[in-house]
Amino acid sequence: MSGLLEMGGYGAFIWPAYGVTALLLGAAVVLTWRAYARARARLAALEKP
Amino acid sequence: MASLFALANPKRFMDLSAALLPWLAAAAALCLAAGLILGFLAPPDYQQGDTVKLMFLHVPAAWTAMMAYGVLAAASFVGLVWRHPLADVAAKSAAPLGAVFTVLGLVTGSLWGRPMWGAWWVWDARLTSFLLLLFLYLGYIALWNAIEDELRAARAAAILGLVGAVLLPIIEYSVNWQTLHQGESIFRAGGPTIAGVFLWPLGFSALGYSLLFFTLWTVRIRTEILERRLRAVLLMGAA
Repeated sequence: MSGLLEMGGYGAFIWPAYGVTALLLGAAVVLTWRAYARARARLAALEKP
Repeated sequence: MASLFALANPKRFMDLSAALLPWLAAAAALCLAAGLILGFLAPPDYQQGDTVKLMFLHVPAAWTAMMAYGVLAAASFVGLVWRHPLADVAAKSAAPLGAVFTVLGLVTGSLWGRPMWGAWWVWDARLTSFLLLLFLYLGYIALWNAIEDELRAARAAAILGLVGAVLLPIIEYSVNWQTLHQGESIFRAGGPTIAGVFLWPLGFSALGYSLLFFTLWTVRIRTEILERRLRAVLLMGAA
């Protein structure tokens, strides 16, 4: 387990890289989808007869 | 060109992209998962040890950042020449995504540079030109936001987007100028010079990153079209 964390001594560089990748790509997906859902909901509410 | 213009009809774009989107998203998720898992399980490199894992995060991010700018520049060109609003929307929608991939490329590159080069950052041609790509994206986004009139904003942004494309070949060839950054090892004459055990995860990862970009880009274009329709409906209501 500690071997996985240490990554041959490079854990301090490798894990943050995975972290920032997950964070930024996750945020891009969530924000993109949220804006889309919001626009769709607003338009649907307006176009309702 | 005729089919491109058929697609450029917003209604047709909405229909086609709605049908395509689930497949695109699924392919992106599968390739990303394959790339990340294979990359995580890849054996340590004989020289750089486990930091080789960073390659599967850094290289696809940097490639996608450049590809996204290529997309932005191409859409800008179409928008300028044929004055098609969907092309403006397409260019505008690519910018924030490109900026995210550029930041990822810079941060993961820095985290790789420290253990391998002994420096978080060096002002050499490759790193500096890539940092300029981030500023270009941010400037492009700022320009869109600075001009209220949509058509004028689209024109100005398209010119910046097109002119900025000169940066792409500079980034591409900058590894041949005084740099710590390694040279081209994938797309080179004579074939890739990295082992298959690293090439496969890199391939999946790169495909996954690109497909993720295209998925999010499509959703952002749809969002922008909906928002424009929303504004039009509101205007009609106010009139």
